[in-house]
Amino acid sequence: MQTEAESTNSAIPAIAQRYVDAAALDAATLAASEDRLARFLAGLPGVDQVGCEQRAAALATRSIKTSSKLRAIDLAISMIDLTTLEGADTDGKVRTLCAKARRPDPVDHTVPSVAAVCVYPDLVATARRALEGSDVAVASVATAFPSGRASRAVKLADVADAVDAGAQEIDMVIDRGAFLQGHVGKVLEEVIAVKDACGPAHLKVILETGELATYDNVRRASWLAMLGGADFIKTSTGKVSPAATVPVALVILEAVRDYEAATNRVIGVKVAGGIRTTKEAIRYLVAVNETAGAEWLTASRFRIGASSLLNDLLQQRRKQLTGAYAGTDDVSVE
Amino acid sequence: MPEARVEVKKTYKLFIAGAFPRSESGRSYVVEAHDGSFLANAAWASRKDVRDAVVAARAAAPKWSGATAYNRGQVLYRVAEIMEDRAGQFVAAVRNAEGVTARAATSQVTAAIDRWVWYAGWADKLAQVAGSANPVAGPYFNFSVPEPTGVVGIVAPCDSSLLGLVSVLAPVLASANCAVVLADERRPIPAVTLTEVLATSDVPDGVVNLLTGPLAELAPVLAAHRDVDGLDLAGAPSPLAGELEAAGATNIKRVARPAAPGYDWRRDPGTTRLLRFVETKTVWHPIGI
Amino acid sequence: MRDDTETAALDYAPAPESRAVARLRASYGLFIDGRWRDTVDGTVFKTVSPSSEEVLAEVTAAGPRDVDAAVAAARAAFEGPWGTMPGRQRAKYLFRVARLIQERARELAVVETLDNGKPIRESRDVDVPLAAAHFFYYAGWADKLEHAGFGPSPRPLGVAAQVIPWNFPLLMAAWKLAPALAAGNTCVLKPAETTPLSALVLADILQQAELPPGVVNIVTGAGDTGAGLVAHDGVDKVAFTGSTEVGRRIAESVAGTHKRLTLELGGKAANIVFADAALDQAVEGIVNGIFFNQGHVCCAGSRLLVEESVADTVVEMLKRRLSTLRLGDPMDKNTDIGAINSPEQLERIVLLADAGEHEGASRWSMACDIPERGWWFPPTVFTDVSPAHRIAREEIFGPVLSVLTFRTPDEAVAKANNTTYGLSAGVWTEKGSRILAMADRLRAGVVWANTFNRFDPASPFGGFKESGFGREGGRHGLEAYLDA
Repeated sequence: MQTEAESTNSAIPAIAQRYVDAAALDAATLAASEDRLARFLAGLPGVDQVGCEQRAAALATRSIKTSSKLRAIDLAISMIDLTTLEGADTDGKVRTLCAKARRPDPVDHTVPSVAAVCVYPDLVATARRALEGSDVAVASVATAFPSGRASRAVKLADVADAVDAGAQEIDMVIDRGAFLQGHVGKVLEEVIAVKDACGPAHLKVILETGELATYDNVRRASWLAMLGGADFIKTSTGKVSPAATVPVALVILEAVRDYEAATNRVIGVKVAGGIRTTKEAIRYLVAVNETAGAEWLTASRFRIGASSLLNDLLQQRRKQLTGAYAGTDDVSVE
Repeated sequence: MPEARVEVKKTYKLFIAGAFPRSESGRSYVVEAHDGSFLANAAWASRKDVRDAVVAARAAAPKWSGATAYNRGQVLYRVAEIMEDRAGQFVAAVRNAEGVTARAATSQVTAAIDRWVWYAGWADKLAQVAGSANPVAGPYFNFSVPEPTGVVGIVAPCDSSLLGLVSVLAPVLASANCAVVLADERRPIPAVTLTEVLATSDVPDGVVNLLTGPLAELAPVLAAHRDVDGLDLAGAPSPLAGELEAAGATNIKRVARPAAPGYDWRRDPGTTRLLRFVETKTVWHPIGI
Repeated sequence: MRDDTETAALDYAPAPESRAVARLRASYGLFIDGRWRDTVDGTVFKTVSPSSEEVLAEVTAAGPRDVDAAVAAARAAFEGPWGTMPGRQRAKYLFRVARLIQERARELAVVETLDNGKPIRESRDVDVPLAAAHFFYYAGWADKLEHAGFGPSPRPLGVAAQVIPWNFPLLMAAWKLAPALAAGNTCVLKPAETTPLSALVLADILQQAELPPGVVNIVTGAGDTGAGLVAHDGVDKVAFTGSTEVGRRIAESVAGTHKRLTLELGGKAANIVFADAALDQAVEGIVNGIFFNQGHVCCAGSRLLVEESVADTVVEMLKRRLSTLRLGDPMDKNTDIGAINSPEQLERIVLLADAGEHEGASRWSMACDIPERGWWFPPTVFTDVSPAHRIAREEIFGPVLSVLTFRTPDEAVAKANNTTYGLSAGVWTEKGSRILAMADRLRAGVVWANTFNRFDPASPFGGFKESGFGREGGRHGLEAYLDA
């Protein structure tokens, strides 16, 4: 459950005043009154598509070079949730991925390890064993990922399996069908229930922004996730296109920034899906830096869900250090 | 004694989706020079090629009409740059096709390039000339804008192998439509040369598609195709033109009838062709606090 | 899970654009009749970089006989090659110029930033591309004048005298030259005293385009060069962009003559934010509206009119957003706020900002390191501003925002229109009908709804009231240069 907002208005910045009412309300109460919840969500400021995308484009003009680029690369590496979510995943595949996660660069051991490995629930145990003794966390998708189309009971059982197997982070998907039908109470209830089932594991709530289609919806869904107890808001499953985009990340970053101002609770952001190059990763870091602020530039508040991105980061890192472009065989393929 | 050099002869293919495939049918037909001598084997397009061309044009339509008018203008101007660069090639192609003098061919080629430039400059002005804010009698903001019809099938003129083609194709593109062109059956080489220019000048794949082959076989397929929105029958002879127009009625195509015989392609075209394949959309919105 | 209590800040290391591409000459003469020549009766002066105060080059201030020569060259070209040239050939010269600007884009952007002080990101991403686009757009009108709505065969006016300001030097040159040439006129252009260089590079481009001699002549100099040009009898058309004060004098000067006139003058635009606006984007629009180009924009949104119920929220969001702006070396690609163009302009800004404080408004400035050399002013926001304050009425032409509040749409309109200016206005609301109602009632030549400072060669720009008359851009932009 989120912390209560301070009761004296003067202690809360003006920006947060708009949200004080909702933040002070119990999430369960909100879920029970779908009408009230819907009206709250509708009252959030709209997002102008063109303006939002222009801001994202302007952020992309930031030139991050030399020493800044090297730092950014290491920062990005430390924020990666190294992911494999394929039907063909096996113990072997997961083990090699975990080895990479612990030590991404076969030659340079100063490269930081990634933040986490992300797998399906039935491979969590394998991942935990492979990562024992390291700082790398094991995240598991759950709740009938990626579609979320299953009964509540099945989705919660999915979460329980993952948690029992040792998952330290759970990446759930919201019910987009319910959202698009206007059943926002149901969406919120489900987040609350999943958060409860997570126990000690921390919860990332995947919005699947590509299916939500509008930035207004992304803002509203972000608030649902935060009110429901999310520790992180995640953009996408990576199975649907479009997945993460900088404008979408901006809207989510604004939401967590506003929520923190209103409640003092910090919620992180994870961008996932389609991020393959260092250039793109750095764009996200710049967006974080200039929207939520430098305090969010840490793996405990920002993650990048990716697989092939890591090798591009390593190659770019080599280039920054040695001056020469790395070859594709200079990094390992898992 | 100097070596007698043997020329490398060119194969003339179709232009569909930015690529140059041979006809799906594997057939070709003989193109003769003005004096009846063998010039080349041109691809004999089949109905499946027509179908593929329409699919390509339709697929290209969102990107072409979604680009800014400025961008379209720049792309079209680039085509003119490349045409100018290859003017010599076009002059030779027109001479071979029409049997005219070098001077007459050069005149036609420069007129064609200049006309292309003229249409390139229309891309970002059409809306200002064909659109309007309309002063309706009520508290509404009301405006009309021209939008592209979509996919236009074009029967290229058969009395002007380059200038005629440019005169019917450029306006279709400037108004943001995509085209499937049936080249002049007897004299297709300048048209194929133009497609090579299009392929190398930033025109997105599928915006223009060009097929060579017998008009009587191909045109009815295009005319009856329900995913073609407009039809320019410039080069269709009677009574075929009437049959094509009738066939086009199946999905209420917008049809431009053939030019009168002896039409002078050098004439100032005005805005007629530019506005031919344009739909006017009118929007209302209340004005109130 | 890793617990990163130590957060890493993301510094942006210096990312300077290279100056080498600028190829500046040590000195520049006047560009008359297609070639460079020294002054006959003028002087030379230096142009400096406002961010470092270093001398960039020596430039010529044209004297009266130089101006005579320029006007004569323009007249000869008008009565000769240009005046008789068919539109479709004129068009091709203008297309060439557009392409050359694109080809030499980086050089032009660097020169513009060095001479003007604006960030390289802006010269690169806004000034230069728009300049090319203006030539491209108007090139296409040159052979279509009969379709422009001014009759079946509209004729040009003759020789156009064009005096431009220092805030968008190259872009203003493009705004003036492109429509004038497309319509068939010839030109004598007088760039601003503190920013002559990009126009002189443009002269080189015109030579590369093989534009016939005399079609465009460029006479650099200061106020008296401009005054002399405007007053010259051999000129048929005067176009001026600059301050309202100078605009008045020019209007007086051409009164009673045959010369046609268009003026694009100052502004004090209201940027109106309603409570139901998309607030994050509105804040971007406010920032862009007044801090883009250091506020050296005639159409700057220099008055924020914010609905009272969200005033505190918006001001807080604004201050938070301003903390991410970077002020510094304009040649650094990450700089957002560049230098003030001249010590005179800085003095004026300081004067008015001080007046703001003395009159009782509350002053807040972005925290930043001011470089030792050069002329700088940090982005500043005044709240508790009332309509009678000088900072609410006078054009500051710097990065200073005055914030006023309103309660109802009527009040917003009344306050927005309560100015002798009328160049532009902004409206921020998610409600479509309100956008249109406000646009209907705002007395401004450009209304930006849910956006600000957007420019396009196809979009007419110009003012109501003392912000001037005449439009630049679009089909309307041809009118100023045709005998219609």
